[in-house]
Amino acid sequence: MTVILNEGDAAGTTGAASGGPVDAAPEPGKAMTRGRLVLIRFMRNKLALVGLVVILGMYLMAFVGPLLSKWSYDTQDYTAFLEPPYSEHIFGTDKIGTDMFALTMRGLQKSLIIGLLVALISTTMAAIVGAAAGYFLGVADKALMWVVDLLLVLPSFLIIAILSPWFRGKSWFLLVLMLAAFQWMITARIVRGMTLTLKEREFVKAAKFMGQPARKIIAKHIVPNMASLLIIDATINVGSAVLAETGLSYFGFGVQSPDVSLGTLIGGNAESATTFPWLFLFPAGFLVVFVLAVNWVGDGLRDALDPTSTRVRRKEKKDTKEKAA
Amino acid sequence: MTTSELQFDAPADAVVDGPVLQVEDLHVSFPSESGRVRAVRGLSYHVAPGEVLGIVGESGSGKSVSSLAVMGLLPSSARITGSIKFQGRELIGQNDAELSRIRGRRISMVFQDPLSALTPVFTVGDQIAEAILVHRKVSKQAAAKRAVELLDLVGIPNAVERAKAFPHEFSGGMRQRAVIAMAIANDPDLIIADEPTTALDVTVQAQVLQLLETAQEVTGAGIVIITHDLGVVAGFADRLMVMYAGRAVEKGNVDEIYQQPRMPYTLGLLGSIPRLDVGEKQALVPIKGQPPSLTDLPDGCPFAPRCPMVVDACHTAEPPLMDVDGSVEHAAACIRTNEIAATDAEGAEAAVEIFGAEVAAEPEVARIPREQREIVLGLDNLVKEYPINKGVVFKRRVGTVHAVAGISFDIREGETLGLVGESGCGKTTTLMEILNLQKPMGGEISVLGTKSSEVDGKRRFAIRRDMSVVFQDPMASLDPRLTINDCIAEPMQVHGYSKDEINRRVPELMRLVGLRPEQLSRYPGEFSGGQRQRIGIARALALEPKLVVLDEPVSALDVSIQAGVINLLEELKSKLGLAYLFVAHDLSVVRHIADRVAVMYLGKIIEIGEVDSVFEAPRHPYTQALLSAIPIPDPVKERQRERILLTGDLPSPANPPSGCRFRTRCFLHASLPPEQQRQCIEVEPPRETQAADHEAACHFAQIRQVL
Repeated sequence: MTVILNEGDAAGTTGAASGGPVDAAPEPGKAMTRGRLVLIRFMRNKLALVGLVVILGMYLMAFVGPLLSKWSYDTQDYTAFLEPPYSEHIFGTDKIGTDMFALTMRGLQKSLIIGLLVALISTTMAAIVGAAAGYFLGVADKALMWVVDLLLVLPSFLIIAILSPWFRGKSWFLLVLMLAAFQWMITARIVRGMTLTLKEREFVKAAKFMGQPARKIIAKHIVPNMASLLIIDATINVGSAVLAETGLSYFGFGVQSPDVSLGTLIGGNAESATTFPWLFLFPAGFLVVFVLAVNWVGDGLRDALDPTSTRVRRKEKKDTKEKAA
Repeated sequence: MTTSELQFDAPADAVVDGPVLQVEDLHVSFPSESGRVRAVRGLSYHVAPGEVLGIVGESGSGKSVSSLAVMGLLPSSARITGSIKFQGRELIGQNDAELSRIRGRRISMVFQDPLSALTPVFTVGDQIAEAILVHRKVSKQAAAKRAVELLDLVGIPNAVERAKAFPHEFSGGMRQRAVIAMAIANDPDLIIADEPTTALDVTVQAQVLQLLETAQEVTGAGIVIITHDLGVVAGFADRLMVMYAGRAVEKGNVDEIYQQPRMPYTLGLLGSIPRLDVGEKQALVPIKGQPPSLTDLPDGCPFAPRCPMVVDACHTAEPPLMDVDGSVEHAAACIRTNEIAATDAEGAEAAVEIFGAEVAAEPEVARIPREQREIVLGLDNLVKEYPINKGVVFKRRVGTVHAVAGISFDIREGETLGLVGESGCGKTTTLMEILNLQKPMGGEISVLGTKSSEVDGKRRFAIRRDMSVVFQDPMASLDPRLTINDCIAEPMQVHGYSKDEINRRVPELMRLVGLRPEQLSRYPGEFSGGQRQRIGIARALALEPKLVVLDEPVSALDVSIQAGVINLLEELKSKLGLAYLFVAHDLSVVRHIADRVAVMYLGKIIEIGEVDSVFEAPRHPYTQALLSAIPIPDPVKERQRERILLTGDLPSPANPPSGCRFRTRCFLHASLPPEQQRQCIEVEPPRETQAADHEAACHFAQIRQVL
């Protein structure tokens, strides 16, 4: 199964069509649309499915877990201070006797939502703004890039810090929006650059000449061809959003006590990592597993979307150009 | 090196008898993910001093790899066995330092892409001087002087000045000349030219071939010319070797191979080339299938799966190269050579007979006289200019590029108009103007009677249904992330076809272009260039258009695959009554497919008319030069032909010459008396009728036979 077609192979006669299809349709004869094919390819990727199950499991745990526990994150057990895990408190307790399981679950609720939403919003925003600026150019490009540059030079941390008291008590969604608003600019610039090159490709022109409206060209041809970049960007953003929120919380903005997030738990208990490890290890462990799972899903999605990905193990290092010659 | 007369000294070493290059049983293989790629499998050939050997084959046949092996330029991962003897000296096994003494000094190479063969940061003169300094102990001044002489020799005007120019200031043809100058700088004994003309325009191609001939004359070197185009080598090479799947499948004298090819693959290659000199409809032979994968070749003849003459015996063992027709020179690797010899027909005609190619029927609509047919596309004095701006903050307009300077033509129902010209003449701009359907800067575009300056968004959208496009590069024209199904369905989705209708029509279109509907769920990356071009055509036909704009649809394809696509286009035209606007720089393809042809030069149409009339009795000097530059795949004819060589390159469209735009390169203009020359300089020639459906824009138009 060799699908090695590189730019050097002008006529494209080598390599191709020598074997069977890379993805034989499970139901032969029925043509598939992109969506279905991507789904099938994604489902084949075991690691990505594991990642997906882990994320869903964490959600379930974070929201159902506290209901099953008799402890709540804002009540204390005055008979147990700094106890290591035992049957009563399965994750142990902290120094004022709060149940660590309840705390971790509460933190997980916050962090799961903040991490995923911020990544989703900021990457979507980057894709839309970057692609629109690159595709339309002219005034739209000037205006959008001006906004991007402006946000890049503004110290985001300071602004969120200043605004934080104002949205204290208001919806957590505002915090998500603020975090997202300061994460998308650099990606947007990269996306714009990639759009400029993609725009000149003939398949984009072909779509234009068949009457496809601009917004559909962007959605159907331009953004999917940048999927690898966007997915990697989104997976990185999940982690950094959780950490950014930690940073804010550390300074007393963002999630406020007695409410907790994974970030505040990790930040607050980091110094106890060696002395009372359960205070640190449980929240940190959940964060690691969460980011790892997101990465697996992201990888799976990228492979599913990328038609050239064959996931063949490399035996010998080789230069594809030699083969084409 | 005291006189400028001194050009090429006699070889310093004693002249070695026998061949310059003797390759025996050469094997080259590379490691890859799916096993070893055996790129060259047992190749033997020799080149005598002063001889030109042509190596022909499709991409992936191992022709480049074998010559890189001679140069010792293969990567270290390649495994090379066999023997390469250069003037009796074994090259395999020598280390890089030893080879470096031979490379560039005794053996030199001309690469395909002249842009990447020159370093962009050094001047051309310095680079040529460097080639001399590396191998000879001469002073820098002497080397620089020699570089200028060499540039002069390869026909670069004003060589002293141009030696100080950087590669980007040279045009493609001039760069290739500079590369050739570098190749002959040290008076080599062997020149290897790897597709030296593929990246160039036809007129420049003729110049470069001529130059290689000159280079061979002055150096007395043997030349190995590698090409995929049998036409290029017909008049130039002495002997020919056809390669397939890493082996030589036929070799012999040029005349013998062209007239009595004895291997079906050679026959197929010959039959697949559209001929410039064949007036009546010629049947093109497509070679079906793909070259085999070089990792796991089956037993037996590697060509067997694509061969029309295949018998069971072909699958048992790979046939060796055997002498045919009792000639020592001519050898072919086929077990049925005698049967091929038994057919009466010669060359390409035998191919048509054996491969069973057919000429597509005339479309129904073609029987109606042209005047009575509906005009599908009309261009009236179309103008497109680009401003040249300078300055960063305050943009000033410092000039205008007159990309298209008032062109008019029309295409009627069921008709093919070929639009030809060198690169930079405004073909693509014209095409984009037509496809954009915006109000032109000047003139008028009308599609099916609707003027583009008067349409609104809705009407424009409706017109797009009747007009579709096929692009040149099949790699870039399909979205790599969409399945073939989605690709072909896209235009129908845009124009609001129902799901059921799309699901019914997509497999139908696949069958129409000769592909299997089972492949619909694959991605474009899994198809070959020819198949992808078919998919592009299927997409273009999805909306049942009346006009298909074809932008060099076959120029990125191998010849054998090109023939299949051309046949498909002709068949579709007659079946569906389509009109084509066929943009190409290959005049032989245009002769084959077009009904009418328009020749463009610097944004103007200088000759237009019925294809046979224009090709057989060209009136404009430029058309004559273009036609004479196209090689004909027939060595006898090719040697007799007189070639009109155009001097120089296309002038800049930002500053076109006054009067007749062609006059700066015109051989006719140069031969005229001064008072008539003045007319060329002062008055722009109008397009005048020369014969029935034949117009040309020249003050002194006269017929000149060039085929």
